[in-house]
Amino acid sequence: MIWNKEIECMSREDMRTLQSERLIQLVRHVYNNVTFYRKRMDDMGVKPSDIKSIDDIVKLPFTYKQDLRDNYPFDLFAVPMKDIVRVHASSGTTGKPTTVGYTKKDIDNWCEVVARCLTMSGIASDDIMQISYGYGLFTGGLGVHYGAETIGCSVIPISGGNTRRQLQLMADFGSTVLACTPSYALHLADALVENGYSLADMKLKTGVFGAEPWTENMRLELEKKWGIQAHDIYGLSEIMGPGVANDCIQHTGLHVHEDHFFPETVHPDTKEPLAEGIEGELVFTTLTKEGIPLLRYNTRDLSTLNREKCECGRTLIRMKKITGRSDDMLIIRGVNLFPSQIEHVLLEMGETSAHYMLYVDKVNNLDTLELKVELDETKLTDTIRDLQNLSHKISHALNSAIGLSVKVTLVEPKTIARSEGKAIRVVDNRKK
Amino acid sequence: MTIRQLSVFLENKTGHLNQILAVLARNNINIVALTVADSSDYGILRAIVSDPEKALKTLREEQFSVRVHDILSIEMDAAPGSMSHILDLFTNADICIEYVYAFSFGSKSILMVRTDNCDKAMEVIKANGLKSITEVDLK
Repeated sequence: MIWNKEIECMSREDMRTLQSERLIQLVRHVYNNVTFYRKRMDDMGVKPSDIKSIDDIVKLPFTYKQDLRDNYPFDLFAVPMKDIVRVHASSGTTGKPTTVGYTKKDIDNWCEVVARCLTMSGIASDDIMQISYGYGLFTGGLGVHYGAETIGCSVIPISGGNTRRQLQLMADFGSTVLACTPSYALHLADALVENGYSLADMKLKTGVFGAEPWTENMRLELEKKWGIQAHDIYGLSEIMGPGVANDCIQHTGLHVHEDHFFPETVHPDTKEPLAEGIEGELVFTTLTKEGIPLLRYNTRDLSTLNREKCECGRTLIRMKKITGRSDDMLIIRGVNLFPSQIEHVLLEMGETSAHYMLYVDKVNNLDTLELKVELDETKLTDTIRDLQNLSHKISHALNSAIGLSVKVTLVEPKTIARSEGKAIRVVDNRKK
Repeated sequence: MTIRQLSVFLENKTGHLNQILAVLARNNINIVALTVADSSDYGILRAIVSDPEKALKTLREEQFSVRVHDILSIEMDAAPGSMSHILDLFTNADICIEYVYAFSFGSKSILMVRTDNCDKAMEVIKANGLKSITEVDLK
């Protein structure tokens, strides 16, 4: 099923025309209404009249998270507060929070793109959808909620946390769709048995997971554990929230709703635009946003773009599944490492649980890596040697995959903290 | 010829061993024999208990990683040289010992032994008329 065939299957030429029209309008809107952008553009010597088509986007300035912080709370809003109908904000754990505002039309557009994502995941009006993303200032809960109502699902707005209750309602209400972070979905799956449930008690058939980077192996693992189809819903509050992109049943990349969010990839260091198929930092321009329109917002998420038509019939550009952010990247003894690479190796081996923590430290000026991973009880024998062999095997597999030596420590099941929101996988003690 | 042994994964944390023992105590499970194999980061607690099934169930409920294994058990004479005699028989049969521990139960001395070849070890026990012990003997 395709929610909006006209847009989602639009010809390249028509899409370019639409994007060009919208970009021209957007640039006029921000130049006239946002002091920050007017100044940036004036400094660069770019006038709204210089933007004649979507190709001219490269003339425009980039926007970074710091710009949102510097303009906290409302200075990047392009409309008066009377036209803002909702405000969301980031948690601000790494500095000042970032705030975003939505007009009525922004909310309508958000509903539209989430409706497309959910339909793309095979969800329809007869589904019962348990939304276990946090509700509140975080965009996850309410974003998915409005989209689910738009397509007519029966929504259970349970929000995050309280695992026992999640499972109870999932069984009692017969939820057919679960929406939450992939790490929480994994936690819920592991908690089934100890709470007295089995898969036979559940009617779940689809998962819509997002809000943190996760690997294709993790997607397959969740499909296996739950017996469902798992989809990746991508988004970030700065651009809209969940619903910027989603993978269809083919799972060959996430379709970006490029009529609303124009994607580019740029080189992480030089910020030069990259050709299709080359990995770089993902940059979005919000073509239709009124409340807080952003020009070339650098997400720091790493991806590649692909304009080929998908088997599902959609012509929307696809972005490769995000498995890391340029700011998540660890540099260990000069080697670049993404936590998702560890996850990939562990799931591929399948000898431990997928719950792990990575500890980075500096000993005698040398970076050290320790991986704590939960032992799978079925791998426990009565001899230490078997456990040591298992640690060595993991260590060896990691070494050949990432080129770094890793101390592997097996820990008891359920001892690594479970996240009910975004998972924390790395503790870097070098910074202290 | 074998006794069920609990093997519990044990992280190196203060008070951790006692958490396991406390679970057994609460459930009125008696420990007949106990030994801990250790490495720098973790160990394996090996124990013979009065009710292995109940112990397995309750420890799992308390989130411990635990398995049950059948381990060869041999009764020894309570006299100097008796354990050495048994191990000689194994050595001569080219059987390698992975771990071993011994305990007394009432008037009995019992040797628990894990080898690299269980079938061959059983043959040695039979062929040499060694007295084996079963769980019933520990009641």
